Amino acid sequence: MNLRKYLKVYKKFLHTSLASELEYKTNILVDLITAILSLVGSIFLLSIFFQNNGYIGGWKFEQALIIQAIYTILNGITNTWFNPNLTEIVKHIREGTLDFVLLKPIDSQFFISLKKINPSGFLEIILGFFLLFFCIRINQINLNLSFLTLSLITISCSICILYSLWFIISATTIWFVKTWNAIEVLRSFLYIGRFPLSSFSFSLRIFFSVFIPIAFITTIPSEVFLGLSAFWKILLEIIVATIFFINSRKFWLFALKFYSSASS
Amino acid sequence: MVQNIIDVKNLSKSFDISSKEPGLKGTIKHFFRRQTKSLKVIKDISFEIKEGEIVGFLGANGAGKTTILKMLCGLIYPSKGSILVSGYLPFRRKENFLKNITLIMGQKQQLIWDLPPIESFYLNASIYDLDKFEAKKRIKKLSEMLEIDEELFIPVRKLSLGQRMKSELLAALIHEPNILFLDEPTLGLDINAQRNLRKFLQKYNKETNATICLTSHYMKDITSLCKRVICVQEGEISYDGKLDLLLKKLSPVKEILIVCRSEEDAIKLENYGFTVKNKIKNEITIKIENNSITSSLKTILNNFDIEDLFINEPPIDEVIGKVLIKKDYDI
Repeated sequence: MNLRKYLKVYKKFLHTSLASELEYKTNILVDLITAILSLVGSIFLLSIFFQNNGYIGGWKFEQALIIQAIYTILNGITNTWFNPNLTEIVKHIREGTLDFVLLKPIDSQFFISLKKINPSGFLEIILGFFLLFFCIRINQINLNLSFLTLSLITISCSICILYSLWFIISATTIWFVKTWNAIEVLRSFLYIGRFPLSSFSFSLRIFFSVFIPIAFITTIPSEVFLGLSAFWKILLEIIVATIFFINSRKFWLFALKFYSSASS
Repeated sequence: MVQNIIDVKNLSKSFDISSKEPGLKGTIKHFFRRQTKSLKVIKDISFEIKEGEIVGFLGANGAGKTTILKMLCGLIYPSKGSILVSGYLPFRRKENFLKNITLIMGQKQQLIWDLPPIESFYLNASIYDLDKFEAKKRIKKLSEMLEIDEELFIPVRKLSLGQRMKSELLAALIHEPNILFLDEPTLGLDINAQRNLRKFLQKYNKETNATICLTSHYMKDITSLCKRVICVQEGEISYDGKLDLLLKKLSPVKEILIVCRSEEDAIKLENYGFTVKNKIKNEITIKIENNSITSSLKTILNNFDIEDLFINEPPIDEVIGKVLIKKDYDI
């Protein structure tokens, strides 16, 4: 793989999608307002849960706020990259425009995963980081290099798991043609990730760890922030992320063999 | 000797198609127990195309033309048989193969809708690993050939269909491919835009010796661009050869409109022994076989007082139409 070429192409992707989005100023403004209101609403909802009892699943409100911060960052990443690109896969397959992607001398997964960008998602990422730094202060977390490295690794793994899950679901469009609902279900599961895993019943904990690994997406990075995570959990998250990413790649290449293109 | 650039042997393709009975009952049945059947859309076809050739694929809707093109460019895996394009197995979509080909579809677009075409050109240039200088040079050359200039800087959504198609062509040709697959490139264009596009393709083929495989329902595209045609009927090749030979085979007679000086002459001519199509006052239309046209005209001019005479070629759409609708038409 020619890394220089891929960087050059990604620079062009950034340039063209930013230029496309900036054509519609009002839309961006509405998106920005929605992001702020959504964050305020989520914190308000979380505070209601903690109103009667100071703890949920052994987590204090200040600690649970870290999960909210990580969720906001991940949601920002979802809205910046995954939403504009991965939902487009369904459209590409339904309308047959995937033909143009497949005939380009570039990796098709790279192309369809990163071609577009939604700049308003950046605000959510920034807001998420602000909230995270606020949580670091109120929880009196000591920032050091190993802590930052582990946080970065676990958040990267979370992004990787989320991307792979979403990508695999979108790729099934090659057989099922319409998979909007499955993606909506995944997004709803992600909302669940705003709450600590230990606040759910045992069976749900198993479900969200083994079948839909939402637990790995928000809870483990949050535990790292609070110094509560065991080393085996971090290692497990790395393994799960790697397996998911490799499988998304293999699944895509396998699915393409069944691509029949849309009729013209 | 010109080499084969496309080599297809015993190619077949089947698709699983689901069918549904009408009504609510049919819908429920279809939801719970979908019945699929394998439909063979391409049936054991073989052909070769030489470098620099322009070949037209003719066929009714659903005959399999687009499926053939998509298998040639590597989008669809064949069910059986072999394809070699420029020495590559298309469905492997190797980088060097993809740099050699392009696919243009009249009904689908790759340009970024909200941005001027020039942005899409530079994006494609980076995908094909062209530096900025080379990309600029190629854009200039192709835009001159396509006669587009200001349009390059206007958002795609504001361009007319013709301007958009020209821009699509430029985006698809920026890497200077050797093989062009064109699927109904003039679809929806007005007469002038169609003519300009054909002129461009002729010029491109002449200058670069590129091989062009074309499907079109506009016979003018086929007659002005392709010397060779491949007729596809229900997934099988019913004719592969020169277009003029096909036309001669399909249309062995010509219609001649003769304007006589008097109605009496027209009546005499009507009874002379020619096959008469119709007669209105002093104008008479007769049908003459292609191989006896010279002798027949000589007879008419020597024996009748003729004011004017027109030789009408039968409309090509009508002629080709016969071969497309009737599977067992003898060609």
